[in-house]
Amino acid sequence: MPTGAVIEFTNISKRFGGIAAVNDLSFTVEPGRVTGFLGPNGAGKTTSLRILLGLVGATSGTATFGGVRYRDLPNPLTTVGAALEAASFHPGRTARSHLGVYAIAAGIPRTRVLAVLAQVGLAAHAAQRVGGYSLGMRQRLGLAYALLGNPGVLVLDEPINGLDPEGIRWIRGFLRDMAAEGRTVLVSSHLLSEVQQSVDDVVIIARGELVHRGPLSSLDTDAAPQTIVDSPDRDALAAALTAAGITFSIGRTGLLAATSDAALLGHLAFTAGVELSVLHRQKSGLEDSFLALVGGSHTL
Amino acid sequence: MTSFLRSVAAEFAKVFTTRLWWILALVLFCYIGLLAGGLGALFAGIQTGVISPDTVNTGGGAATAFGSLPPLVYSFASSVGYVFPVLLGALATTGEFRHQTLTPTFLATPRRGVVLGAKTVTLVVIGAGLGIVALAASVGIGGAVLSAFGVDALLLDSQTWLLAARTLLAMGLWAAIGVGLGVLVPNQVASIVIVLAFTQFVEPLLRLASSFLEITAKIGNFLPGSASDALVGASVFAVANAATVAPLDWWQGGLVLLGYALVATVIGYAASWKKDVT
Repeated sequence: MPTGAVIEFTNISKRFGGIAAVNDLSFTVEPGRVTGFLGPNGAGKTTSLRILLGLVGATSGTATFGGVRYRDLPNPLTTVGAALEAASFHPGRTARSHLGVYAIAAGIPRTRVLAVLAQVGLAAHAAQRVGGYSLGMRQRLGLAYALLGNPGVLVLDEPINGLDPEGIRWIRGFLRDMAAEGRTVLVSSHLLSEVQQSVDDVVIIARGELVHRGPLSSLDTDAAPQTIVDSPDRDALAAALTAAGITFSIGRTGLLAATSDAALLGHLAFTAGVELSVLHRQKSGLEDSFLALVGGSHTL
Repeated sequence: MTSFLRSVAAEFAKVFTTRLWWILALVLFCYIGLLAGGLGALFAGIQTGVISPDTVNTGGGAATAFGSLPPLVYSFASSVGYVFPVLLGALATTGEFRHQTLTPTFLATPRRGVVLGAKTVTLVVIGAGLGIVALAASVGIGGAVLSAFGVDALLLDSQTWLLAARTLLAMGLWAAIGVGLGVLVPNQVASIVIVLAFTQFVEPLLRLASSFLEITAKIGNFLPGSASDALVGASVFAVANAATVAPLDWWQGGLVLLGYALVATVIGYAASWKKDVT
């Protein structure tokens, strides 16, 4: 079983002309986990991944796999598998000959070609010209290329784009399986909701800079804790809250009390003899935290 | 070294897993076969008197100006066919840019110089292969037509075989020039337009124009088409143009072609091949 290497970005910066696409980016990606590399379109995700893979030269900084730059890996496809965009094919080649070309270049046995096509569910289309493939099939072929050398590290740029619901379900399981086997899995997306069921860790960038990194659960915090509470007798409830010194505002579905302690509110209402019709904490979701981060309105 | 050999094998696979190579080979064979057969018949007819010079309105006196016919007819393989290896070479490189296959290529082989070197070696061999196809047409069909007119086809003459060998070398070098042009002008459409415009229009005109004065004719010898004809040792253009200056030696012609290929490839490597792949 291939073992995953640690991916390490160290002070990576990239300027295109005078514009900083990536600015002093540093983070690590651990084996055995799925790491979501998140940020809005144009945040610098693809540029960062291309720097990591030696396709784009960094203006400064280094990006390595277990301490080794991509171009210095003895046989890169057997260490790192990457799927970048869904259109890197000559349309006149069949899926089998497309993969065959790169298997030859990397000295990978030709038997792997049909094995990876079967793994991504394209075995029946192996002899079909790629020009006739749907976007979802191209995504799968890109994944097949990444798997060709049975690498310990997978770097996937927006792999869920263009997949149908069945494909999305499949890739979520696929990502979990790869990490469970001990591989390092780095998967980018501009939508947290796309990957939140699959990822263990998140690295979030915006405008080329790191804005947050940590386990997914680190996003699950209450930026402004509030509890919604309501009663058929709203005036009595308001009086009880005021008596207990809890500030509140009047919302669409009830009173928004400035506390996360729902039990306290329930107790207050009970002792005041007020009947409750609504009582629940208002959580700001992961997506809200994510949007707040990339919007730059505050940091965690 | 093993990574280089693997890259060469992969480059061969790239060419032979798409349809372009055999389409070009087929068109090349038909084109050269038609020219060598048709013009071979015309020249042989005039030379042997089967066709009266007056019929073709050559103004008389040109009947013997062709010299030995077989080398002239056989050299159609390169003097006319050279555009095919250039196109194949240019399409092999520009296709990588156009279809974004540089990404998987450089992921598999991050040493980009190795990839470009492997591509050049591969296309030189395949270009020589196109040379075999072109010679099959010019010698096979042209030689048969000459024989039919009673002209000795010189098939057992060592000079004929030397010409064939130098044709293969020229066609291989032309393919390398195509690879170089492809990295120099990665835009596929622009590259094809340049190949066709230069080989079919600009260079023939330049060769004709340069032939009128001795000084320009010396410079004209260094045009790639002239150099190629010098390398091969015979060309219909040498007959068509009023030769005031001796052409380059065959080996000089070969070096000039090699020079064009090297210069284009090295500049193209720096200008596009080693740039960011986005």
